[in-house]
Amino acid sequence: MTDTTVQTSASGRPLADPSKPLVQVKDLEVTFKTGTGDVHAVRGVSFDIYPGETVAIVGESGSGKSTTATALIKLLAGNGRISGGKVLVEGKDITGYSERQMASVRGGVIGYVPQDPMSNLNPVWSVGFQVREAIRANGVASGRKDIQAKAIEVLQQAGLADAERRMEQYPHQFSGGMRQRVLIGIGLGADPKLLIADEPTSALDVTVQKVILDHLESLTRELNTALLLITHDLGLAAERASKLIVMHRGRIVESGDSLEILQHPQHPYTKQLIAAAPSLASRRIHSSTGAAVTEGVDAIDMLKLAVKHEDTEAVIEAAPVMVSVKDLRKTYSIRRGGFKSEPLHAVDGISFEIHKGTTLALVGESGSGKSTAARLVLGLEPPTEGEIVVGGQNMAGASAKQLFDLRRRMQVVFQDPYASLDPQRSIGAIIAEPLKVHGVGDRVSRHARVEELLEQVALPTELAHRYPNELSGGQRQRVAIARALALKPEVVVLDEAVSALDVLVQAQILQLLADLQEELGLTYLFITHDLAVVRVVADAVAVMEQGKIVEAGPTDEIFENAQQPYTQRLLDAIPGAGIEFGN
Amino acid sequence: MSERTTEHYVAPVDPDEKVEVDRVKLSERKSNLWLDAWRDLRRRPLFYIAMSIVLVVVVAALFPSLFTDVLPNNDCFLENSNAGPAEGHPLGFTRQGCDVYSRIVYGASTSLSVGLLVVAITAAIGIPMGAIAGFYGGWVDSLLSRVGDIFFSIPYFLAAVVVMSVLSAHRNVFVISLAIGGFAWASLARILRAEVLQVKNLEYVMASEAVGRGRFSTLLRHVLPNSLTPVIVYLTIALGAAITAEATLSFLGIGLPNTIMSWGNDIAQAQTSIRVAPMALFWPSLALTITVLAFIVLGELIRDALDPKARARR
Amino acid sequence: MLMYVVRRLLQAIPVFLGTTFLIYFMVFSMPGDPIIALFGDKTPNPAVLAAIREQYNLDEPFIVQYFLYLQNLVTGNLGVTFSGQEVVDVLSRAFPVTLKLVAMAVVIEFILAVVIGLISGLRKGGIIDNANLVTALVLSSVPPFVALFVAQYFIGIKLGWAPVTVGANATWGSMLLPAIVIALTIYVTGMRLMRGSVIEAQSADYVRTAAAKGLTARRIIPVHVARNSLIPVVTNTAASFGALIAGTTVTEGIFNIPGVGKVLYDAILRGENATVVSFVTILTILYVIVNILVDLLYAVLDPRIRYV
Repeated sequence: MTDTTVQTSASGRPLADPSKPLVQVKDLEVTFKTGTGDVHAVRGVSFDIYPGETVAIVGESGSGKSTTATALIKLLAGNGRISGGKVLVEGKDITGYSERQMASVRGGVIGYVPQDPMSNLNPVWSVGFQVREAIRANGVASGRKDIQAKAIEVLQQAGLADAERRMEQYPHQFSGGMRQRVLIGIGLGADPKLLIADEPTSALDVTVQKVILDHLESLTRELNTALLLITHDLGLAAERASKLIVMHRGRIVESGDSLEILQHPQHPYTKQLIAAAPSLASRRIHSSTGAAVTEGVDAIDMLKLAVKHEDTEAVIEAAPVMVSVKDLRKTYSIRRGGFKSEPLHAVDGISFEIHKGTTLALVGESGSGKSTAARLVLGLEPPTEGEIVVGGQNMAGASAKQLFDLRRRMQVVFQDPYASLDPQRSIGAIIAEPLKVHGVGDRVSRHARVEELLEQVALPTELAHRYPNELSGGQRQRVAIARALALKPEVVVLDEAVSALDVLVQAQILQLLADLQEELGLTYLFITHDLAVVRVVADAVAVMEQGKIVEAGPTDEIFENAQQPYTQRLLDAIPGAGIEFGN
Repeated sequence: MSERTTEHYVAPVDPDEKVEVDRVKLSERKSNLWLDAWRDLRRRPLFYIAMSIVLVVVVAALFPSLFTDVLPNNDCFLENSNAGPAEGHPLGFTRQGCDVYSRIVYGASTSLSVGLLVVAITAAIGIPMGAIAGFYGGWVDSLLSRVGDIFFSIPYFLAAVVVMSVLSAHRNVFVISLAIGGFAWASLARILRAEVLQVKNLEYVMASEAVGRGRFSTLLRHVLPNSLTPVIVYLTIALGAAITAEATLSFLGIGLPNTIMSWGNDIAQAQTSIRVAPMALFWPSLALTITVLAFIVLGELIRDALDPKARARR
Repeated sequence: MLMYVVRRLLQAIPVFLGTTFLIYFMVFSMPGDPIIALFGDKTPNPAVLAAIREQYNLDEPFIVQYFLYLQNLVTGNLGVTFSGQEVVDVLSRAFPVTLKLVAMAVVIEFILAVVIGLISGLRKGGIIDNANLVTALVLSSVPPFVALFVAQYFIGIKLGWAPVTVGANATWGSMLLPAIVIALTIYVTGMRLMRGSVIEAQSADYVRTAAAKGLTARRIIPVHVARNSLIPVVTNTAASFGALIAGTTVTEGIFNIPGVGKVLYDAILRGENATVVSFVTILTILYVIVNILVDLLYAVLDPRIRYV
């Protein structure tokens, strides 16, 4: 502890001694009480954070990364407690602190930026109120005027240029990105020495994510604030942090210098993670050494999947066109306050073709119209204008019977594994539903088909008599795939089908989809917001922005040589895009 | 930043902890919504208590003679008026000198039939109205919801007062149930509509339509079964409320005629002698309250059992 | 906000038409002479009979009858009671009394709901919470008229702490007992809403963020937990206000309080159906109006609706 005279920075804050750790975590244990006994969420975790440095904790869901972060400010969810170890903040152990003592640590010494900008601001108070409250509580300013001035300053710093005007607006009047800026402003409002950012951008579009992270990075550097970044994205972590901590099942499996870990991972789990991360795959393509991370480990390597799609242009051209969309339009009328309404061009004249046995990725951020396009192709909604031809059948002129038959040839897998299976039907009934609706086979043959499908997606056949609530997200997605394959379709629409999954599971599903495509000659329409995944799975890409396709072409061409600035921005925003792999 | 070298730490690899990604772990017992709810209910002593009360009321309604040898309207002697308990008459006598206990036992069937009939009427109107309005949306929804609003805007007790007043010549169990249920359905339709609105946007509903299942068939197969939790809870509690409503109307003299045994009638008649014989008022009130309580408790338990979120809130 | 108000008022028009039509329909589509039915088994005074026949325009076709009836209603011509008094006069005497009673009950209900709900929610699973939940279950299953009798008997007759009946001179004090009893029979819904949203708010993300800012519990609980939880409780209370106006019949009858409910109660007991229908219509319209006010109040409390 510094008991001698302390240096102060220009702002009057004592300058922290860079050689002494700001936070030391020693053998931290966190336990949650549940109905079925104690769950040890964090087991013997130790690390240090020095003044001004950026540390990232990476892990899948359930790894204990967020729990570790919240333990530092003792804001564990209701039934959790620190059951062992120490957390030293500036040398003092806070594990024994009372709530009152913690109030003085939170905000002032350690700031916190939460994950979901939608739920972390109180909807009934204005944004200004919530910022002022943080400033007042930490004694950064006093007196109404000073507090107001400081609040505006903080918000402007966080990137809200017109803060003064928008102070008295309510959270629902802000976009997600703007709310996240407000939360960053609140986190940094009291000039803390450490800022914990818990998945601060995972709920945002990639381009917004990049802007926010850039801003956060420059701001913390400017204020010399240490940053603890919690993320599931290895690429993002390595790009932003100098030091990486990889967690798995409550333990640290590997930690150290970011690049060092990426290039020379030692622990098998780390190797698996790196191999499975789509955001790193495209980087690794360009390096000579990167490809070798999976050596000696049983892992699914995204690199191999990606390479499969290289130089396929000729193959694509040779295959017949399976799906053809021409000048597709969908216009909704949106009610604007009271009685006026205005048109919203959700899909604004798009055209594309998908060749048999290949994958077209339709990429775009939220509101780009990609999901509407998928619904139109699936015939779940009628288009306002345009032509959709699937396997030679034009959907526009089709009779009800023809449309019904078309459904046998085209199936869909949705995004949310927890919402795409009816919780009240058994897995067997779910998979057999398409067969039943189309009157295929009898009970016995349908049951046989269900077992066959379960085996095809690598699930045990006894699952047929179980219910979705016993399955994990990845397993549910397999069931959804099995259901989509039941009628032996030619085209499968994958609507963000892997977006909700953890990276290892995502890799597994992507591998499964690739295997099935090869085996059954499937044609995929892959709807996604994640360009990194596109690199791994798609033969061709179409980038959508505001209802229009702004750029389309073979995957490699788009990635190597994007013509449109929007595409370029999307590519740059892929986490990890800035990492120099190899060498 | 200072030039500290960051040590590269690698945890020892535990050979037993071979990471198999996303392994299927099945519990011994099958598990689904209804099974889990049933298991939850079976663990609760309150469930057994409430169920036994309901059972007693049901048996009393079906076979009143199992509980008493005294016939409620025979052996009424004015000299027994408002008398206390006597041999064979454990709860004393009413103002007319009838046996209080026997009247309560025989009144059970009235309360129970009204409760069940009201629930049946409420469900028969409210479920289709709410489900169709919520699922089809558009002008169908606007039309059905406005109709619902109108019925919702007349407090069902007042509506029943009007119906029962006008139909003074036809007061019987069926008419009173129609008077209550004919207006109580609007709340159920609202609740179900809100639930259907949520469920119909879930991906499994879209998946079912993408497979080629028809709209109406999707509603019946997937949407309705997954929207039933609040309906079941509402109907269980409504059963209790209907019993109360019947008693209140009878108490006001526009419910069931005195010739039909009813707890509400008994309470109304005992009211005039509240100062001299409060117990004649107390016993039917107690029977009424306990029965209603049993249904409310049952409704609460079912809610908790079917909704894990509610369980956490408890 | 203005658009919201206008829209809500426009929505109320079909409801108003629908409810009055429904009541009218229920009465006048019954078999036989509806006027005679309105008098039940009583013999009407010929003058009153004539007045009522005129009020309902029975010679016209049904739909014309209804619109004429509606016109009367809108212009404040509410007709006469069985004994020949103008309904408007009766109403102007009785309504203030009812409003007084209901206001008292609602205030008590609101305080009970908020205070008990907050304490119970903050101490979820504790002894106080469990005791409160059991009490609530029991209270919500006692039929209101039974509760009123029990209170009247024990507190009025046995203990003599409060007047057994209120009588013509309805003072605040004399109506305290019935007001408390009403409050006890309806506070449960509000209390549960409060408790539920307090429990939900405690694990809400914005509450954790508030703590992460360095706020203490003394600020977080009133500002972030209780304020948010109040929205459903306030609207529930306001909604019960409407239901209460309608539900005072039994209360005012038992405690002999000279309000609107008592007029209806007496008319029901005496079988004066014409008066019953008049007053049910009036109470229903009041209920519709209060429901509109509740929705507007909701918009005031919740910025998400205020600024669309």
